[in-house]
Amino acid sequence: MTTARAELVLWAAQRVTAVFLAGFVLVHLVTIVYAVRGGLTAAAILARTHASIAWPAFYALFVLAAAVHGAIGLRTIAAEWLGWRGRGADLSIAAIGLALAVLGLRAVAAVAA
Amino acid sequence: MEHLKVDVWRGGAEGAYQSFEVPRRASQTVLDVVTHIQRFLDPTLAYRFACRVGMCGSCAMTVNGTPRWTCRTHVDKVARDGTLRLAPLANMPIVRDLVADMREFFDKWARARGQFTPTRTRADDFAKVDPRSAARQEADLAIECIGCGVCYAACDIVKWNPAYLGPAALNRAWTLQTDVRDGARAERRRAVEGDAGCHACHSLMSCTELCPKALSPTRSIAGLKRQSLRSLLGVKEKA
Repeated sequence: MTTARAELVLWAAQRVTAVFLAGFVLVHLVTIVYAVRGGLTAAAILARTHASIAWPAFYALFVLAAAVHGAIGLRTIAAEWLGWRGRGADLSIAAIGLALAVLGLRAVAAVAA
Repeated sequence: MEHLKVDVWRGGAEGAYQSFEVPRRASQTVLDVVTHIQRFLDPTLAYRFACRVGMCGSCAMTVNGTPRWTCRTHVDKVARDGTLRLAPLANMPIVRDLVADMREFFDKWARARGQFTPTRTRADDFAKVDPRSAARQEADLAIECIGCGVCYAACDIVKWNPAYLGPAALNRAWTLQTDVRDGARAERRRAVEGDAGCHACHSLMSCTELCPKALSPTRSIAGLKRQSLRSLLGVKEKA
């Protein structure tokens, strides 16, 4: 794959994840407001997430989309504002994206199990 | 007689502003002001112009911080409290005084494959292009570019990413991508893809706001992005 093609793939990946995140964030915020409205305890919320497959699946996708979207965005900011480009920048930012995914998925696993 | 206070950039990358007093006249353009300085106050001032009527695209400068074509910019419109501050176009090396080096700007047109690639020879009949066809109408919106460099000087992405082809070169590429007679559209699409090409554009629209011909390079660049996304997804291009 040429460099330009790789850039195009990253560009497209960031737009596609943005489309998903728009829906995810909306569901996430509405759920928070709904869940704490009646003063739910953490234990009560955990009881519900434990019994569900849909919620952990939703948040796993959310985490992955955010990690991909955020890492590509950081890469652009690093290039344009700091002039940090090239292999070193790409690897460092890929590591940040991976760390975001791992931390996020770990949190999802914690509320799912 | 009323006078304008005019600060003019003198020198190359290293230099300073020099102040002049220029008589204020009715319907005076910024180019009139510069010409007055060169003819009557300091003949060593370097600047560029040719047609004086908004056709040739050679007189663009930074006027009070904003890139403009000076021959069609009236002093009335831009001189805040009777002062003008003139500098060469931004995002280009300075040759001297108000003259910017446009080599890289035009080299990028070539890099964006801004040349028409014919599919017919002189032995063939004329190509018939329906002026009402969608592709031709899309090209019509972008073809009046005079290559003045205002959009390129106004573009933040050019400033942040020196490899970026810029609004003018990408706009030119779009006029050829919508030209049904052109035979190099796949190559040109590849030439304008990626971080140095259309995908670097953040749609800030400074180019569109300041283009003296009221074109929208942002729209053209969006067209290039669409074409390239279609090719990535394997969607066949409309002829």
